[in-house]
Amino acid sequence: MNITFLFLGVLAAVAIWWLYQQRITAKPWLETGAILDHGAPSLPAAKVGLGVLLAVIGMLFALFFSAYVTRTSVPEPNVVDLTPLPAPKLLWLNTGALIFSSGALQWAQIAARRGRLEGTTMGLLAGGALTFLFLAGQLIAWRQMVAAGYFLTTSPASSFFYLIIGVHGLHLLGGLVALTRTTGKALGGYPMRELRLSVELCTIYWHFLLLVWLVFFSLLLLSGPVVLDKGIVSLICSFF
Amino acid sequence: MVDIGTIETVPPAEVADVELYHAKSWITKYVFCQDAKVIAIQYAMTAIGVGVLALVLSWMIRLQLAFPGVFSFITPESYYQFVTMHGMIMVIYLLTALFLGGFGNYLIPLMVGARDMVFPYVNMLSYWVYLLAVLILLASYFVPGGPTGAGWTLYPPQAILAGTPGQDGGIILMLASLILFIIGFTMGGLNYIVTVLQGRTRGMTMMRLPLTVWGIFTATVLALLAFPALFVACVMMLLDRTLGTSFFMPSLVQAGEHLNYSGGSPILFQHLFWFFGHPEVYIVALPAFGIVSDLISTHARKNIFGYRMMVWAIVIIAVLSFIVWGHHMYISGMDPYFGFFFATSTLIIAVPTAIKVYNWTLTLWRGDIHLTVPMLFALGFLVTFVNGGITGLFLGNVIVDVPLSATMFVVAHFHMVMGIAPILVVFGGIYHWFPKITGRMMNERLGQLHFWITFLGAYMIYFPMHYLGFIGVPRRYYELGETAFVPPSAATLNIFITVAALVVGAAQIVFFFNLIWSLFKGKPSGPNPWNAASLEWQTPETPPGHGNWGKELPVVYRWAYDYSVPGADKDFIPQNEPPARKASLALR
Repeated sequence: MNITFLFLGVLAAVAIWWLYQQRITAKPWLETGAILDHGAPSLPAAKVGLGVLLAVIGMLFALFFSAYVTRTSVPEPNVVDLTPLPAPKLLWLNTGALIFSSGALQWAQIAARRGRLEGTTMGLLAGGALTFLFLAGQLIAWRQMVAAGYFLTTSPASSFFYLIIGVHGLHLLGGLVALTRTTGKALGGYPMRELRLSVELCTIYWHFLLLVWLVFFSLLLLSGPVVLDKGIVSLICSFF
Repeated sequence: MVDIGTIETVPPAEVADVELYHAKSWITKYVFCQDAKVIAIQYAMTAIGVGVLALVLSWMIRLQLAFPGVFSFITPESYYQFVTMHGMIMVIYLLTALFLGGFGNYLIPLMVGARDMVFPYVNMLSYWVYLLAVLILLASYFVPGGPTGAGWTLYPPQAILAGTPGQDGGIILMLASLILFIIGFTMGGLNYIVTVLQGRTRGMTMMRLPLTVWGIFTATVLALLAFPALFVACVMMLLDRTLGTSFFMPSLVQAGEHLNYSGGSPILFQHLFWFFGHPEVYIVALPAFGIVSDLISTHARKNIFGYRMMVWAIVIIAVLSFIVWGHHMYISGMDPYFGFFFATSTLIIAVPTAIKVYNWTLTLWRGDIHLTVPMLFALGFLVTFVNGGITGLFLGNVIVDVPLSATMFVVAHFHMVMGIAPILVVFGGIYHWFPKITGRMMNERLGQLHFWITFLGAYMIYFPMHYLGFIGVPRRYYELGETAFVPPSAATLNIFITVAALVVGAAQIVFFFNLIWSLFKGKPSGPNPWNAASLEWQTPETPPGHGNWGKELPVVYRWAYDYSVPGADKDFIPQNEPPARKASLALR
């Protein structure tokens, strides 16, 4: 549960900082009068809401990772196969696609802040396309694993591989719904003032899911070498 | 008193009309409604409805325990199904949904001075996903094999293996229902948190919030961080059951046949389940703590003792609740040092909890105690929570827990501390806020009758049950049969408990009758029948209209507990009343 407690520790640090801002040592029974600064964050509610949602999603993945590490690292008697997986090299390419996707959205956000609609639209479109590329790549990685004889039920390690990639992909698909709406707004000529927040929220969400992926990919790398490669994909992957 | 505000009263803020959601038809006003007050009532009615089913299931359990073999429709399979559904419904679908979805939705916007939740559409979705989860759960009665009988903890491997009732479709529907519940709750939880963070009116600092809001807010944070563990466990077990993965399933031989599972860990499930399961106790308890604080203060006409310490205790309990889950697993074969750690952390959590109990008692000390129905229920909670909490200290110690584990002592303990105690607060809260919700008072006499039967009856059920546990009567057994160490008097005691349970259950009809009768015939309550100081009682309309506050949002000048202030005209000062000296200055 180390990963979970590490994540909880980060959240606790944020909570302590926030509580400190709220004058929790105040003595309200001695204070009367209006306090105009009631301590509410100056951020838009949607951004605070996204922050809370990311904490929940982060907890979800932290628990998945904790379970994964527990099952793949603790030797137990009568356990058939907990050996690390030979994860496909294609995952490197997919990781690159997700990094560029996140970068494209960052670009869109900067353009939105500067009031440049064209740049914003381009960034959103590029971010969406690269995300599709990432998801397609993940599906191919699944097929490679199947071709190599690692099925969903082969071992707990392979089950976790499919499960975590699947759950991460579903979160990205959910994000794509929001990204499509935001891109639709950009193409529909919505005022930049309204667009800016949506772009920012999408960007934060993408950065977060990139971070989640990088943690999982690191766990895969730490637990086993990336060796599996097949056909044309292996040719592309050989550059990495 | 220390004046910290401006000299003049503060002009109220106006909120642009377009920010509010407006219903355009009957359907969007009463069915697919985005108003938190309507959503609260929807949540409450659904939760109480499904809770009544769980109550009837508990009768079935008790009938079997008292009169084994008498009722032919109670088979071993159906007995385990009753136990499972009773537990799961009561903990998740009734208490969690009612405290957070019901009380949370109604009270948060009113108590913080907001017009509504910050994301009304998502809030509405939350209820409908919850309802879908409930319907899927109930659908398990209509699939082959019926609902799951795996026990509310759903421990693998038995939960998904042949031989456990509901192995066909029941367990799948249970897991699907829980997954949906968590998704729905997350939607609601986001609203509760962000509304408290962002939606507070001017002057309403965090340290001026009523403790009800602190309790619900902190419980929501807990739930948002703990439910993912149940989510992960449910998803993985669903895959084990449907696609044949082995997350929780070790190599198994059943009836001489090797099953296809291998390599999974049942203990991993236990860790995930109780990582959610223990915070769940406080997800139910913290809102109860908050509500009971407000009931005691209001009906004892005295400010809450140690408000600041009460807030800190809520936060500390929430933090500690994440590091005590192992005390549910002492007999799972854990390392003794691990057991020592969990026993220590469990006993430490008693400290902030005890602080709260002392503070409630000190609030009552020399208070002008009005023995209204809400106050009776609050006092009932206080006593019951102490009793249930003390047996928790027993079970928190490894050496005491091991012999008592899996006996009726544990059943008695957790029913007292997280069954009866929070339910008493639920009743107290309903009697207290019913006048604000409907504009009418509930009948006092019927309320007193309801309280005394419920309170005394609960003790007649659970006090003897501790004794049964002490002499070793096991829980989860369909039938004791001829058991050498269980004396015949235990059977007599079981009959006594069952009669008490039937009476207490039937007595709830008094409550439902009172609820419905008072809705139409109750005495008009006026806006603030309890002379309460907190903001929800200061709305311009009762019941509060759409948008809660009319044209102008309130401004808060003080905390929620200014009762019996020396020198004040009345024995309470509402939160939105400007300081007297300043008000007079402002008039000049």
